[in-house]
Amino acid sequence: MTRVLVIAEHDGKRLNASAAKCVGCASGFSGAEIHVAVFADDGAAVASEAAGLANVSRVIQVDNPANSHPIAAVLAPQIAFLASSYTHVLGPSTTFGKDLMPRVAALLNVSQVSDIMLVLGSHAFKRPVYAGNAIVTVEAPAGQPVVGTVRMASYRAVENTGNAPIERPSIDVELPQHTRFISLQAGKSDRPDLQTASRVVSGGRALGSSENFAIIYKLADALGAAVGASRAAVDAGYVPNEMQVGQTGKIIAPELYIAVGISGAIQHLTGIKDAGTIVAINKDADAPIFEIADFGLVGDLFKLVPELEQAVKS
Amino acid sequence: MGLKRVVDYNVRVRVKSDGSGVETDGVKMSINPFDEIALEEALRIRERGEAREVVVVSIGPVDAQQQLRTGLAMGADRAILVETNAAIDPLTGARVLLELVNREKPDLVILGKQAIDNDNAQTGQMLAALWQRPQATFASRLVLNGATATVTREVDSGLESLEIDLPAVVTVDLRLNEPRYVKLPDIMKAKKKPLDQIPLASLGITMGPTSAVTVFEPPQQRQKGTMLSDVAGLVSAMKDKGLL
Repeated sequence: MTRVLVIAEHDGKRLNASAAKCVGCASGFSGAEIHVAVFADDGAAVASEAAGLANVSRVIQVDNPANSHPIAAVLAPQIAFLASSYTHVLGPSTTFGKDLMPRVAALLNVSQVSDIMLVLGSHAFKRPVYAGNAIVTVEAPAGQPVVGTVRMASYRAVENTGNAPIERPSIDVELPQHTRFISLQAGKSDRPDLQTASRVVSGGRALGSSENFAIIYKLADALGAAVGASRAAVDAGYVPNEMQVGQTGKIIAPELYIAVGISGAIQHLTGIKDAGTIVAINKDADAPIFEIADFGLVGDLFKLVPELEQAVKS
Repeated sequence: MGLKRVVDYNVRVRVKSDGSGVETDGVKMSINPFDEIALEEALRIRERGEAREVVVVSIGPVDAQQQLRTGLAMGADRAILVETNAAIDPLTGARVLLELVNREKPDLVILGKQAIDNDNAQTGQMLAALWQRPQATFASRLVLNGATATVTREVDSGLESLEIDLPAVVTVDLRLNEPRYVKLPDIMKAKKKPLDQIPLASLGITMGPTSAVTVFEPPQQRQKGTMLSDVAGLVSAMKDKGLL
């Protein structure tokens, strides 16, 4: 019997959209019983959101002041404690899951299957290597628990049609004090979340400055889109790191991706190649981004982007 | 700090036609770029007088000596190669590093956040778990304050700061620093620096059952689409596809 425990990412108030995608991945195991674990200071609101996810049969809510921030060294022993009743423990391949899940795997004495993009069987998976330039089939050892992270761009969120019971077990493990949360500087934005948005507009180095990024925000707002950026634009300081799209930033799969002034380095293309439709606007007709774009437009972005914004609005 | 020998990041990796792996014959091999950033940080810490010695470690074939020599040329004091021709999974790698940590007793282990070949991003976190010490992954800033360190981490929602007790494991992200170039005289000097070779088998590491990679295949390619001449053309193409 396949029993999957999904570790929910959240900010203390709301469930992160990655949880519904992890449940989507877990639903790929035939006949699996899927539980979601919420570790928080007070996880009631997040747990009730998790209980509404389709295919979830139970939510495990673990409240502890030590869980008020997601510190891997604190969460991992609690997850390892719960893991004995499960065949699989899954987390998202976001910075939350990438930080946490290998620590869980080591405590359970197994290697992790990173970035699961397809479930082939209870212990067999497909995942990308070499920045997505090759896809491998991985077989985890039989008879051992599987710890994995789920590649977000490969899965859709399950619907909110569930109504699972919420359980609050007591977890009796010693938690380390050696790692302390100081602060989180989070970008505040009313725009959709980059990782899960259905539309994304990204800008590259060709924008030339932080101020010039305004035309990207305007186009995004006209489309109801999230805003991303290339590594070059982040490195140049035009926008903060959390907006980076690409192999070392966020790997995304929106229905519509508009790349503005982005030449298309391999590491950026790796982050967007699962997008539905890719639109590229660039002054260089030979830019590699045009090799994978569905629609390309060559020209001055400072003229074309405001024109497109007006056309979208009207 | 750890250095992994990987296919150079500029090489366009291709899957072998029989699906047994990727082409590595005659392909340029380099230090994993994230590990280079980790080494640069270790050197800067030593240059500020906050560390006495920087030891570079690699687990891999005899040829990984080349990457360790490059690390020595960048400025590391000595190198250790744990020699094996086997493919090492992250958990085994973490166990090997733990054994070296127990021997060397470092105050700080700095690793790249991931290697650009397998893209696993596991080894540092696993070492921290086995060592029962703090971890701070995806570091973009590292400040040592005696018995503790303050680490700024690049996370999906922004920048997180953690305070960790030392010893600890830190894995580094791209924006932590820009690694120095190696100068010719340093390459000459590096030849005289100590490089210990230890056969993996002599460490007495028990290897658990590991995952098997059975098939390599190329990814699905996107096709080049349509070039449009103006915004009106783009808007109508997007409308036809139901995107506007």
